[in-house]
Amino acid sequence: MHDIHDFGDVKVPVGPQHPALKEPESFLITLRGEKITAMSIRMGYNHRGIEKACEERSYIQSMYLLERVCGICSHSHSTCYVQAVEEIAALDVPRRAKYIRTLVGELERIHSHLLWLGVAGHEIGFDTLLMYSWRDREIVMDLLAKLTGNRVNYGINTIGGVRRDVTSDQMKDVLRSMDLLEERTKYYIELAQDEITLAKRLSGVGKLTYDDVIKLGAVGPTARASGIARDIRKDDPYAAYGELDFKVITDDHCDVFGRTVVRLKELLESYKIIRQISEKMPEGPLTVRAPRKIPEGEAIARYEAPRGEDVHYVKSNGTERPDRVKVRAPTLANIQAVARMLEDGYLADMPIVIAAIDPCFSCTDRTTLINDTGLRKKETMDWATLRSLGIESYKRRGVCFDKLNRKLEKGLKK
Amino acid sequence: MADETKIKEELESKFGYLKDKTVLKRDRRIYVDINAENFHEVFQYIAKNMHFNALPAVIGLDEGATFGIIYVLCKDGSVLLDLKVHLDKSDPEIESVSKYFLSADAYERELTDLLGIRVKGLPNGPRYPLPDDWPAGEYPLRKDWKGSRCEVSEGDNNA
Repeated sequence: MHDIHDFGDVKVPVGPQHPALKEPESFLITLRGEKITAMSIRMGYNHRGIEKACEERSYIQSMYLLERVCGICSHSHSTCYVQAVEEIAALDVPRRAKYIRTLVGELERIHSHLLWLGVAGHEIGFDTLLMYSWRDREIVMDLLAKLTGNRVNYGINTIGGVRRDVTSDQMKDVLRSMDLLEERTKYYIELAQDEITLAKRLSGVGKLTYDDVIKLGAVGPTARASGIARDIRKDDPYAAYGELDFKVITDDHCDVFGRTVVRLKELLESYKIIRQISEKMPEGPLTVRAPRKIPEGEAIARYEAPRGEDVHYVKSNGTERPDRVKVRAPTLANIQAVARMLEDGYLADMPIVIAAIDPCFSCTDRTTLINDTGLRKKETMDWATLRSLGIESYKRRGVCFDKLNRKLEKGLKK
Repeated sequence: MADETKIKEELESKFGYLKDKTVLKRDRRIYVDINAENFHEVFQYIAKNMHFNALPAVIGLDEGATFGIIYVLCKDGSVLLDLKVHLDKSDPEIESVSKYFLSADAYERELTDLLGIRVKGLPNGPRYPLPDDWPAGEYPLRKDWKGSRCEVSEGDNNA
Protein backbone atom coordinates (compact mmCIF):
# COMPACT_ATOMS: atom_id res chain seq x y z
CA MET A 1 0.00 0.00 0.00
CA HIS A 2 0.99 3.52 -0.70
CA ASP A 3 1.92 5.40 2.48
CA ILE A 4 1.38 9.13 2.19
CA HIS A 5 3.61 9.70 5.21
CA ASP A 6 6.57 8.54 3.18
CA PHE A 7 6.83 11.95 1.62
CA GLY A 8 7.80 13.63 4.87
CA ASP A 9 7.03 17.33 5.10
CA VAL A 10 5.66 18.95 1.97
CA LYS A 11 5.42 22.72 1.61
CA VAL A 12 2.44 24.04 -0.33
CA PRO A 13 2.01 27.69 -1.24
CA VAL A 14 -1.59 28.88 -1.30
CA GLY A 15 -2.00 32.34 -2.81
CA PRO A 16 -1.64 35.20 -3.32
CA GLN A 17 -3.86 34.18 -6.25
CA HIS A 18 -5.68 30.95 -5.53
CA PRO A 19 -9.11 29.47 -6.34
CA ALA A 20 -9.83 28.89 -2.64
CA LEU A 21 -9.26 32.52 -1.69
CA LYS A 22 -11.68 35.37 -2.30
CA GLU A 23 -9.01 38.05 -1.94
CA PRO A 24 -5.25 38.00 -2.51
CA GLU A 25 -3.36 36.75 0.52
CA SER A 26 -0.56 34.25 0.76
CA PHE A 27 -0.25 31.17 2.96
CA LEU A 28 2.73 28.85 3.08
CA ILE A 29 1.58 25.55 4.50
CA THR A 30 3.71 22.67 5.70
CA LEU A 31 1.92 19.37 5.28
CA ARG A 32 2.54 15.90 6.61
CA GLY A 33 0.19 13.75 4.64
CA GLU A 34 -3.13 15.56 4.70
CA LYS A 35 -2.39 17.32 7.99
CA ILE A 36 -1.12 20.84 8.40
CA THR A 37 1.89 20.98 10.71
CA ALA A 38 2.86 24.62 10.30
CA MET A 39 1.91 27.67 8.32
CA SER A 40 2.98 31.23 7.74
CA ILE A 41 0.90 34.07 6.40
CA ARG A 42 1.99 36.96 4.18
CA MET A 43 -0.50 39.84 3.99
CA GLY A 44 -0.40 43.25 2.39
CA TYR A 45 -1.53 42.50 -1.17
CA ASN A 46 -4.45 44.87 -0.75
CA HIS A 47 -2.42 47.73 0.65
CA ARG A 48 -3.73 50.90 -1.02
CA GLY A 49 -2.15 53.71 0.98
CA ILE A 50 -5.50 54.99 2.32
CA GLU A 51 -4.07 56.23 5.62
CA LYS A 52 -1.53 58.37 3.80
CA ALA A 53 -4.19 59.53 1.31
CA CYS A 54 -6.36 60.79 4.19
CA GLU A 55 -3.59 63.18 5.23
CA GLU A 56 -3.96 64.92 1.86
CA ARG A 57 -7.73 65.24 2.02
CA SER A 58 -10.21 67.26 4.04
CA TYR A 59 -12.01 65.62 6.95
CA ILE A 60 -15.16 65.05 4.94
CA GLN A 61 -13.27 63.71 1.89
CA SER A 62 -11.40 61.33 4.16
CA MET A 63 -14.71 60.06 5.48
CA TYR A 64 -15.84 59.06 1.99
CA LEU A 65 -12.46 57.49 1.31
CA LEU A 66 -12.50 55.50 4.54
CA GLU A 67 -16.00 54.29 3.78
CA ARG A 68 -14.37 52.57 0.81
CA VAL A 69 -11.84 50.70 2.93
CA CYS A 70 -14.30 47.84 2.76
CA GLY A 71 -17.28 47.02 0.56
CA ILE A 72 -19.13 45.13 3.25
CA CYS A 73 -18.56 46.92 6.53
CA SER A 74 -18.30 50.37 4.93
CA HIS A 75 -20.64 51.98 7.46
CA SER A 76 -18.51 50.57 10.27
CA HIS A 77 -15.43 52.40 9.04
CA SER A 78 -17.15 55.69 8.29
CA THR A 79 -18.97 55.72 11.62
CA CYS A 80 -15.85 54.80 13.55
CA TYR A 81 -13.93 57.62 11.85
CA VAL A 82 -16.60 60.31 12.33
CA GLN A 83 -16.93 59.34 15.98
CA ALA A 84 -13.25 60.06 16.49
CA VAL A 85 -13.49 63.41 14.64
CA GLU A 86 -16.62 64.38 16.56
CA GLU A 87 -14.90 63.57 19.84
CA ILE A 88 -11.99 65.88 19.01
CA ALA A 89 -14.30 68.69 17.86
CA ALA A 90 -16.55 68.11 20.92
CA LEU A 91 -19.65 67.89 18.74
CA ASP A 92 -22.88 66.84 20.38
CA VAL A 93 -24.42 64.62 17.73
CA PRO A 94 -28.25 64.75 17.77
CA ARG A 95 -29.94 61.66 19.20
CA ARG A 96 -31.97 61.05 16.07
CA ALA A 97 -28.75 60.92 14.04
CA LYS A 98 -27.33 58.38 16.48
CA TYR A 99 -30.41 56.20 16.07
CA ILE A 100 -30.20 56.37 12.28
CA ARG A 101 -26.51 55.42 12.40
CA THR A 102 -27.39 52.48 14.63
CA LEU A 103 -30.19 51.43 12.28
CA VAL A 104 -27.92 51.42 9.23
CA GLY A 105 -25.20 49.71 11.29
CA GLU A 106 -27.50 46.86 12.26
CA LEU A 107 -28.85 46.49 8.71
CA GLU A 108 -25.23 46.26 7.62
CA ARG A 109 -24.56 43.55 10.20
CA ILE A 110 -27.56 41.57 8.93
CA HIS A 111 -26.39 41.84 5.34
CA SER A 112 -22.85 40.87 6.34
CA HIS A 113 -23.84 37.86 8.46
CA LEU A 114 -26.22 36.57 5.77
CA LEU A 115 -23.47 37.00 3.21
CA TRP A 116 -21.12 35.06 5.47
CA LEU A 117 -23.61 32.25 5.93
CA GLY A 118 -23.79 31.86 2.16
CA VAL A 119 -20.01 31.86 1.76
CA ALA A 120 -19.67 29.30 4.55
CA GLY A 121 -22.28 27.11 2.86
CA HIS A 122 -20.41 27.40 -0.42
CA GLU A 123 -17.06 26.49 1.14
CA ILE A 124 -18.44 23.21 2.48
CA GLY A 125 -20.23 22.32 -0.74
CA PHE A 126 -23.67 23.24 0.59
CA ASP A 127 -24.61 25.67 -2.16
CA THR A 128 -28.32 25.48 -1.45
CA LEU A 129 -27.58 27.44 1.73
CA LEU A 130 -25.72 30.02 -0.35
CA MET A 131 -28.73 30.44 -2.66
CA TYR A 132 -31.16 30.71 0.26
CA SER A 133 -29.19 33.11 2.42
CA TRP A 134 -28.16 35.37 -0.44
CA ARG A 135 -31.78 35.57 -1.57
CA ASP A 136 -32.66 36.75 1.94
CA ARG A 137 -29.74 39.14 1.94
CA GLU A 138 -31.31 40.91 -1.06
CA ILE A 139 -34.14 42.02 1.24
CA VAL A 140 -31.65 43.93 3.39
CA MET A 141 -29.76 45.25 0.39
CA ASP A 142 -33.02 46.67 -1.01
CA LEU A 143 -33.79 48.26 2.35
CA LEU A 144 -30.35 49.87 2.49
CA ALA A 145 -30.79 51.15 -1.08
CA LYS A 146 -34.18 52.63 -0.18
CA LEU A 147 -32.96 54.25 3.04
CA THR A 148 -29.60 55.56 1.90
CA GLY A 149 -29.69 55.50 -1.90
CA ASN A 150 -26.89 52.94 -2.12
CA ARG A 151 -26.56 49.19 -1.82
CA VAL A 152 -23.01 49.47 -0.54
CA ASN A 153 -21.02 52.49 0.67
CA TYR A 154 -24.20 54.03 2.02
CA GLY A 155 -22.87 57.56 2.50
CA ILE A 156 -25.35 58.15 5.32
CA ASN A 157 -22.83 59.71 7.72
CA THR A 158 -21.49 63.18 7.82
CA ILE A 159 -19.35 64.84 10.47
CA GLY A 160 -21.87 65.88 13.12
CA GLY A 161 -24.76 63.61 12.14
CA VAL A 162 -26.41 61.90 9.20
CA ARG A 163 -27.33 63.12 5.71
CA ARG A 164 -30.76 61.57 5.31
CA ASP A 165 -33.81 61.14 7.46
CA VAL A 166 -35.81 57.95 7.78
CA THR A 167 -39.53 58.42 7.24
CA SER A 168 -42.17 56.49 9.15
CA ASP A 169 -43.24 54.76 5.93
CA GLN A 170 -39.67 53.57 5.40
CA MET A 171 -39.56 52.37 9.00
CA LYS A 172 -42.73 50.32 8.37
CA ASP A 173 -41.00 48.72 5.39
CA VAL A 174 -38.00 47.91 7.58
CA LEU A 175 -40.18 46.30 10.26
CA ARG A 176 -42.06 44.17 7.72
CA SER A 177 -38.76 42.90 6.35
CA MET A 178 -37.48 42.15 9.86
CA ASP A 179 -40.48 39.84 10.45
CA LEU A 180 -39.73 37.99 7.25
CA LEU A 181 -36.00 37.74 7.98
CA GLU A 182 -36.62 36.58 11.53
CA GLU A 183 -38.69 33.68 10.26
CA ARG A 184 -35.96 32.76 7.78
CA THR A 185 -33.19 33.05 10.38
CA LYS A 186 -35.06 30.81 12.80
CA TYR A 187 -35.21 28.22 10.05
CA TYR A 188 -31.43 28.47 9.56
CA ILE A 189 -30.83 28.07 13.29
CA GLU A 190 -33.02 24.98 13.27
CA LEU A 191 -31.06 23.78 10.28
CA ALA A 192 -27.72 24.33 12.01
CA GLN A 193 -28.90 22.45 15.09
CA ASP A 194 -30.76 19.55 13.48
CA GLU A 195 -29.17 19.04 10.10
CA ILE A 196 -26.52 16.41 10.66
CA THR A 197 -24.33 17.28 7.65
CA LEU A 198 -23.79 20.84 8.83
CA ALA A 199 -22.92 19.84 12.38
CA LYS A 200 -20.67 17.00 11.24
CA ARG A 201 -18.79 19.10 8.72
CA LEU A 202 -18.24 22.07 11.03
CA SER A 203 -17.81 20.58 14.52
CA GLY A 204 -14.25 20.29 15.76
CA VAL A 205 -12.96 22.15 12.72
CA GLY A 206 -10.76 25.20 13.30
CA LYS A 207 -10.49 24.83 17.08
CA LEU A 208 -9.65 27.97 19.03
CA THR A 209 -9.75 27.77 22.82
CA TYR A 210 -10.66 30.52 25.27
CA ASP A 211 -6.98 30.96 26.17
CA ASP A 212 -5.96 31.14 22.52
CA VAL A 213 -8.38 34.02 21.98
CA ILE A 214 -6.93 35.96 24.90
CA LYS A 215 -3.36 35.26 23.80
CA LEU A 216 -3.89 36.01 20.12
CA GLY A 217 -6.29 38.90 20.61
CA ALA A 218 -9.09 37.59 18.39
CA VAL A 219 -12.25 39.72 18.21
CA GLY A 220 -15.90 39.65 17.20
CA PRO A 221 -17.88 36.47 16.50
CA THR A 222 -14.57 34.55 16.37
CA ALA A 223 -13.90 35.42 20.03
CA ARG A 224 -17.52 35.09 21.12
CA ALA A 225 -17.71 31.55 19.69
CA SER A 226 -14.92 30.64 22.16
CA GLY A 227 -16.95 31.84 25.13
CA ILE A 228 -15.65 35.38 25.39
CA ALA A 229 -18.42 37.93 25.91
CA ARG A 230 -16.67 40.85 24.24
CA ASP A 231 -18.73 43.27 22.20
CA ILE A 232 -17.88 46.95 21.80
CA ARG A 233 -21.60 47.77 21.62
CA LYS A 234 -21.77 46.73 25.30
CA ASP A 235 -18.19 47.31 26.51
CA ASP A 236 -17.72 50.80 25.11
CA PRO A 237 -21.21 51.93 23.98
CA TYR A 238 -21.43 54.31 21.03
CA ALA A 239 -24.26 55.69 18.87
CA ALA A 240 -27.59 54.60 20.43
CA TYR A 241 -26.45 51.24 21.84
CA GLY A 242 -26.35 52.52 25.43
CA GLU A 243 -30.15 52.99 25.28
CA LEU A 244 -30.99 49.68 23.63
CA ASP A 245 -31.51 46.27 25.12
CA PHE A 246 -29.74 43.33 23.50
CA LYS A 247 -27.73 40.25 24.45
CA VAL A 248 -24.10 39.51 23.67
CA ILE A 249 -24.26 36.08 22.06
CA THR A 250 -21.58 33.60 23.03
CA ASP A 251 -21.04 29.94 22.41
CA ASP A 252 -18.60 27.41 23.80
CA HIS A 253 -18.09 25.11 20.84
CA CYS A 254 -14.82 26.96 20.04
CA ASP A 255 -14.99 25.82 16.41
CA VAL A 256 -16.49 26.77 13.04
CA PHE A 257 -19.83 25.35 14.14
CA GLY A 258 -19.82 27.72 17.14
CA ARG A 259 -18.97 30.66 14.89
CA THR A 260 -21.96 29.78 12.71
CA VAL A 261 -24.31 29.59 15.68
CA VAL A 262 -23.05 32.91 17.10
CA ARG A 263 -23.62 34.76 13.82
CA LEU A 264 -27.08 33.27 13.34
CA LYS A 265 -28.18 34.17 16.85
CA GLU A 266 -26.71 37.65 16.46
CA LEU A 267 -29.05 38.13 13.52
CA LEU A 268 -31.99 37.65 15.90
CA GLU A 269 -30.51 40.26 18.27
CA SER A 270 -30.14 42.68 15.34
CA TYR A 271 -33.84 42.30 14.47
CA LYS A 272 -34.64 43.01 18.14
CA ILE A 273 -32.44 46.12 18.12
CA ILE A 274 -34.07 47.43 14.94
CA ARG A 275 -37.56 47.00 16.41
CA GLN A 276 -36.46 49.00 19.47
CA ILE A 277 -35.01 51.71 17.24
CA SER A 278 -38.37 51.99 15.51
CA GLU A 279 -40.14 52.42 18.88
CA LYS A 280 -37.65 54.76 20.49
CA MET A 281 -36.44 56.89 17.59
CA PRO A 282 -36.57 60.47 18.88
CA GLU A 283 -37.64 63.43 16.81
CA GLY A 284 -35.16 66.20 16.21
CA PRO A 285 -32.47 67.55 13.94
CA LEU A 286 -30.14 65.30 11.94
CA THR A 287 -26.90 67.23 12.20
CA VAL A 288 -25.02 69.79 14.20
CA ARG A 289 -22.81 72.19 12.34
CA ALA A 290 -19.25 70.89 12.15
CA PRO A 291 -16.32 73.25 11.66
CA ARG A 292 -14.21 72.82 8.54
CA LYS A 293 -11.06 73.14 10.60
CA ILE A 294 -10.94 70.65 13.44
CA PRO A 295 -9.15 71.92 16.57
CA GLU A 296 -5.92 70.25 17.60
CA GLY A 297 -6.37 66.95 19.41
CA GLU A 298 -6.53 63.19 19.08
CA ALA A 299 -9.08 60.48 19.72
CA ILE A 300 -9.55 56.76 19.43
CA ALA A 301 -12.97 55.45 18.44
CA ARG A 302 -14.14 51.86 18.52
CA TYR A 303 -16.98 50.18 16.66
CA GLU A 304 -18.31 46.65 16.70
CA ALA A 305 -18.20 45.81 13.00
CA PRO A 306 -19.81 42.57 11.80
CA ARG A 307 -16.32 40.98 11.92
CA GLY A 308 -15.35 42.38 15.31
CA GLU A 309 -13.74 45.40 16.88
CA ASP A 310 -12.81 48.18 14.46
CA VAL A 311 -10.44 50.85 15.83
CA HIS A 312 -9.86 54.27 14.28
CA TYR A 313 -7.36 56.82 15.54
CA VAL A 314 -7.52 60.42 14.33
CA LYS A 315 -5.03 63.16 15.12
CA SER A 316 -5.84 66.74 14.14
CA ASN A 317 -3.56 69.76 13.91
CA GLY A 318 -6.05 72.63 13.67
CA THR A 319 -6.20 72.62 9.87
CA GLU A 320 -8.89 71.25 7.58
CA ARG A 321 -6.97 68.02 7.00
CA PRO A 322 -6.25 65.25 9.49
CA ASP A 323 -2.65 64.91 10.60
CA ARG A 324 -2.89 61.15 10.94
CA VAL A 325 -5.60 58.53 10.51
CA LYS A 326 -5.01 54.96 11.58
CA VAL A 327 -7.35 52.05 10.93
CA ARG A 328 -7.14 48.72 12.71
CA ALA A 329 -9.68 46.46 11.04
CA PRO A 330 -10.98 43.36 12.83
CA THR A 331 -9.43 40.90 10.37
CA LEU A 332 -5.91 41.96 11.34
CA ALA A 333 -6.75 40.95 14.90
CA ASN A 334 -8.24 37.65 13.78
CA ILE A 335 -5.84 36.52 11.06
CA GLN A 336 -3.23 35.56 13.61
CA ALA A 337 -5.68 33.17 15.16
CA VAL A 338 -6.14 31.40 11.82
CA ALA A 339 -2.69 29.81 12.03
CA ARG A 340 -3.63 28.36 15.42
CA MET A 341 -7.01 27.14 14.14
CA LEU A 342 -5.39 25.30 11.24
CA GLU A 343 -2.59 23.69 13.22
CA ASP A 344 -3.03 19.93 13.16
CA GLY A 345 -6.09 20.35 10.95
CA TYR A 346 -6.67 19.00 7.47
CA LEU A 347 -5.71 20.86 4.31
CA ALA A 348 -9.27 20.39 3.03
CA ASP A 349 -10.55 22.37 6.02
CA MET A 350 -8.50 25.40 5.13
CA PRO A 351 -11.09 27.27 3.01
CA ILE A 352 -13.84 26.99 5.61
CA VAL A 353 -11.54 27.78 8.55
CA ILE A 354 -10.29 30.92 6.85
CA ALA A 355 -13.84 31.82 5.82
CA ALA A 356 -15.00 31.31 9.41
CA ILE A 357 -13.28 34.46 10.69
CA ASP A 358 -15.16 36.21 7.85
CA PRO A 359 -11.92 37.73 6.63
CA CYS A 360 -11.76 41.04 4.86
CA PHE A 361 -8.25 41.61 3.62
CA SER A 362 -8.94 44.91 1.92
CA CYS A 363 -9.94 46.29 5.33
CA THR A 364 -6.87 44.85 6.88
CA ASP A 365 -4.37 46.11 4.37
CA ARG A 366 -6.18 49.42 3.68
CA THR A 367 -3.66 51.62 2.69
CA THR A 368 -4.29 53.56 -3.73
CA LEU A 369 -1.09 54.56 -4.75
CA ILE A 370 -1.66 54.93 -8.44
CA ASN A 371 1.34 56.21 -10.26
CA ASP A 372 0.80 57.10 -13.84
CA THR A 373 4.11 56.34 -15.43
CA GLY A 374 2.96 57.59 -18.79
CA LEU A 375 2.59 54.10 -20.18
CA ARG A 376 -1.14 54.07 -19.81
CA LYS A 377 -3.30 56.33 -21.92
CA LYS A 378 -5.46 58.57 -19.84
CA GLU A 379 -9.01 59.40 -20.71
CA THR A 380 -11.13 61.84 -18.78
CA MET A 381 -14.81 61.16 -18.53
CA ASP A 382 -17.28 63.49 -16.90
CA TRP A 383 -19.63 62.31 -14.21
CA ALA A 384 -22.80 62.40 -16.35
CA THR A 385 -21.22 60.24 -19.08
CA LEU A 386 -19.87 57.79 -16.54
CA ARG A 387 -23.26 57.55 -14.87
CA SER A 388 -25.22 57.01 -18.08
CA LEU A 389 -22.70 54.36 -19.17
CA GLY A 390 -23.31 52.55 -15.90
CA ILE A 391 -27.09 52.77 -16.20
CA GLU A 392 -27.01 51.48 -19.81
CA SER A 393 -24.74 48.61 -18.87
CA TYR A 394 -27.10 47.50 -16.12
CA LYS A 395 -30.16 47.86 -18.39
CA ARG A 396 -28.56 45.54 -20.94
CA ARG A 397 -28.32 42.97 -18.17
CA GLY A 398 -31.96 43.47 -17.27
CA VAL A 399 -31.42 45.56 -14.13
CA CYS A 400 -33.36 48.81 -14.11
CA PHE A 401 -33.56 51.34 -11.29
CA ASP A 402 -35.85 53.81 -13.16
CA LYS A 403 -38.84 53.12 -10.97
CA LEU A 404 -36.84 53.45 -7.77
CA ASN A 405 -35.19 56.63 -9.02
CA ARG A 406 -38.54 58.21 -9.87
CA LYS A 407 -39.79 57.30 -6.43
CA LEU A 408 -36.69 58.78 -4.80
CA GLU A 409 -36.97 61.99 -6.85
CA LYS A 410 -40.61 62.33 -5.83
CA GLY A 411 -39.57 61.90 -2.21
CA LEU A 412 -36.89 64.58 -2.55
CA LYS A 413 -39.28 67.11 -4.13
CA LYS A 414 -41.81 66.80 -1.30
CA MET B 1 -14.83 56.56 36.25
CA ALA B 2 -13.97 54.80 39.53
CA ASP B 3 -11.99 52.13 37.78
CA GLU B 4 -10.11 54.62 35.63
CA THR B 5 -9.18 56.75 38.65
CA LYS B 6 -7.85 53.67 40.43
CA ILE B 7 -5.69 52.78 37.44
CA LYS B 8 -4.31 56.32 37.34
CA GLU B 9 -3.52 56.26 41.07
CA GLU B 10 -1.85 52.85 40.84
CA LEU B 11 0.36 53.97 37.96
CA GLU B 12 1.33 57.23 39.63
CA SER B 13 2.19 55.62 42.97
CA LYS B 14 4.24 52.88 41.30
CA PHE B 15 6.10 55.15 38.91
CA GLY B 16 6.80 58.60 40.36
CA TYR B 17 7.68 60.08 36.98
CA LEU B 18 4.18 59.44 35.70
CA LYS B 19 2.73 62.15 37.94
CA ASP B 20 1.05 64.78 35.73
CA LYS B 21 1.70 62.52 32.74
CA THR B 22 -1.43 60.45 33.24
CA VAL B 23 -4.64 62.03 32.01
CA LEU B 24 -8.20 60.74 32.20
CA LYS B 25 -9.60 62.03 28.93
CA ARG B 26 -13.12 60.71 29.34
CA ASP B 27 -14.91 57.57 30.48
CA ARG B 28 -12.87 54.49 29.50
CA ARG B 29 -9.97 56.50 28.05
CA ILE B 30 -6.68 56.91 29.92
CA TYR B 31 -3.75 58.64 28.33
CA VAL B 32 -0.15 58.23 29.48
CA ASP B 33 2.81 60.10 28.03
CA ILE B 34 6.15 58.44 28.67
CA ASN B 35 9.86 58.71 27.94
CA ALA B 36 11.55 56.06 25.79
CA GLU B 37 13.86 54.92 28.63
CA ASN B 38 10.94 54.21 31.00
CA PHE B 39 8.75 52.64 28.36
CA HIS B 40 9.55 49.01 28.83
CA GLU B 41 9.19 48.80 32.59
CA VAL B 42 5.82 50.59 32.51
CA PHE B 43 4.55 48.51 29.62
CA GLN B 44 5.55 45.30 31.35
CA TYR B 45 3.87 46.35 34.58
CA ILE B 46 0.61 47.29 32.81
CA ALA B 47 0.55 44.10 30.75
CA LYS B 48 1.50 41.72 33.56
CA ASN B 49 0.12 43.24 36.77
CA MET B 50 -2.84 45.38 35.82
CA HIS B 51 -5.00 42.94 33.84
CA PHE B 52 -4.68 44.81 30.59
CA ASN B 53 -5.06 41.71 28.46
CA ALA B 54 -5.44 43.00 24.90
CA LEU B 55 -3.53 45.23 22.53
CA PRO B 56 -6.08 46.47 19.98
CA ALA B 57 -3.64 48.72 18.11
CA VAL B 58 -0.16 50.18 17.84
CA ILE B 59 -0.16 53.56 16.11
CA GLY B 60 2.94 55.13 14.60
CA LEU B 61 3.15 58.92 14.21
CA ASP B 62 5.49 61.34 12.53
CA GLU B 63 5.48 64.25 14.99
CA GLY B 64 7.93 66.44 13.14
CA ALA B 65 10.95 66.43 15.42
CA THR B 66 10.25 62.96 16.83
CA PHE B 67 8.40 59.77 16.06
CA GLY B 68 5.54 58.85 18.35
CA ILE B 69 4.17 55.40 19.01
CA ILE B 70 0.89 54.90 20.81
CA TYR B 71 0.33 51.47 22.32
CA VAL B 72 -3.40 51.05 22.85
CA LEU B 73 -3.96 48.60 25.71
CA CYS B 74 -7.37 47.34 26.70
CA LYS B 75 -8.74 46.01 29.99
CA ASP B 76 -11.65 43.55 29.87
CA GLY B 77 -12.77 44.90 26.53
CA SER B 78 -13.74 48.22 28.06
CA VAL B 79 -11.07 50.63 29.36
CA LEU B 80 -8.46 51.81 26.86
CA LEU B 81 -5.05 52.98 27.98
CA ASP B 82 -3.00 54.86 25.39
CA LEU B 83 0.68 54.67 26.20
CA LYS B 84 2.48 57.23 24.07
CA VAL B 85 6.24 57.08 23.68
CA HIS B 86 8.46 59.46 21.72
CA LEU B 87 11.56 58.39 19.80
CA ASP B 88 14.45 60.40 18.50
CA LYS B 89 14.33 60.61 14.71
CA SER B 90 18.06 60.09 14.23
CA ASP B 91 17.97 56.58 15.67
CA PRO B 92 14.40 55.34 16.01
CA GLU B 93 14.47 52.00 17.76
CA ILE B 94 12.08 50.39 20.22
CA GLU B 95 11.88 47.00 21.88
CA SER B 96 9.18 44.65 20.64
CA VAL B 97 6.17 43.93 22.85
CA SER B 98 5.31 40.75 20.98
CA LYS B 99 6.44 38.69 23.97
CA TYR B 100 3.46 40.08 25.90
CA PHE B 101 0.98 40.21 23.04
CA LEU B 102 1.30 37.90 20.05
CA SER B 103 -1.01 40.26 18.18
CA ALA B 104 1.71 42.94 18.28
CA ASP B 105 3.58 41.21 15.44
CA ALA B 106 1.71 42.75 12.50
CA TYR B 107 1.36 46.15 14.17
CA GLU B 108 5.09 46.41 14.79
CA ARG B 109 5.97 45.36 11.25
CA GLU B 110 3.80 48.27 10.10
CA LEU B 111 5.96 50.63 12.15
CA THR B 112 9.03 49.34 10.36
CA ASP B 113 7.54 49.37 6.85
CA LEU B 114 5.64 52.63 6.95
CA LEU B 115 7.72 54.81 9.26
CA GLY B 116 11.13 53.17 9.35
CA ILE B 117 11.17 52.54 13.10
CA ARG B 118 13.37 49.54 13.98
CA VAL B 119 11.71 47.07 16.31
CA LYS B 120 14.18 45.04 18.38
CA GLY B 121 13.30 41.44 19.17
CA LEU B 122 10.62 40.82 16.55
CA PRO B 123 10.64 37.18 15.45
CA ASN B 124 11.65 36.51 11.84
CA GLY B 125 8.80 36.67 9.37
CA PRO B 126 7.56 38.30 6.19
CA ARG B 127 7.34 42.10 5.99
CA TYR B 128 3.99 43.86 6.27
CA PRO B 129 2.24 45.58 4.51
CA LEU B 130 4.49 46.78 1.66
CA PRO B 131 5.56 44.62 -1.31
CA ASP B 132 8.84 42.69 -1.24
CA ASP B 133 10.32 44.83 -4.03
CA TRP B 134 9.57 48.14 -2.28
CA PRO B 135 12.66 50.38 -2.52
CA ALA B 136 14.77 50.52 0.65
CA GLY B 137 14.66 53.69 2.70
CA GLU B 138 11.23 54.82 1.46
CA TYR B 139 8.78 55.22 4.34
CA PRO B 140 5.34 56.38 3.13
CA LEU B 141 3.95 57.62 6.44
CA ARG B 142 6.81 60.04 7.04
CA LYS B 143 5.59 63.58 6.46
CA ASP B 144 8.38 64.39 4.01
CA TRP B 145 7.60 61.37 1.83
CA LYS B 146 6.02 61.95 -1.59
CA GLY B 147 4.35 59.21 -3.64
CA SER B 148 6.11 60.21 -6.85
CA ARG B 149 9.39 58.94 -5.41
CA CYS B 150 8.35 55.33 -5.78
CA GLU B 151 7.08 54.77 -9.26
CA VAL B 152 6.17 51.22 -10.03
CA SER B 153 6.49 50.29 -13.66
CA GLU B 154 3.89 48.05 -15.22
CA GLY B 155 4.68 44.38 -15.56
CA ASP B 156 6.74 44.29 -12.38
CA ASN B 157 4.11 42.34 -10.55
CA ASN B 158 5.10 38.98 -11.92
CA ALA B 159 8.68 39.27 -10.74
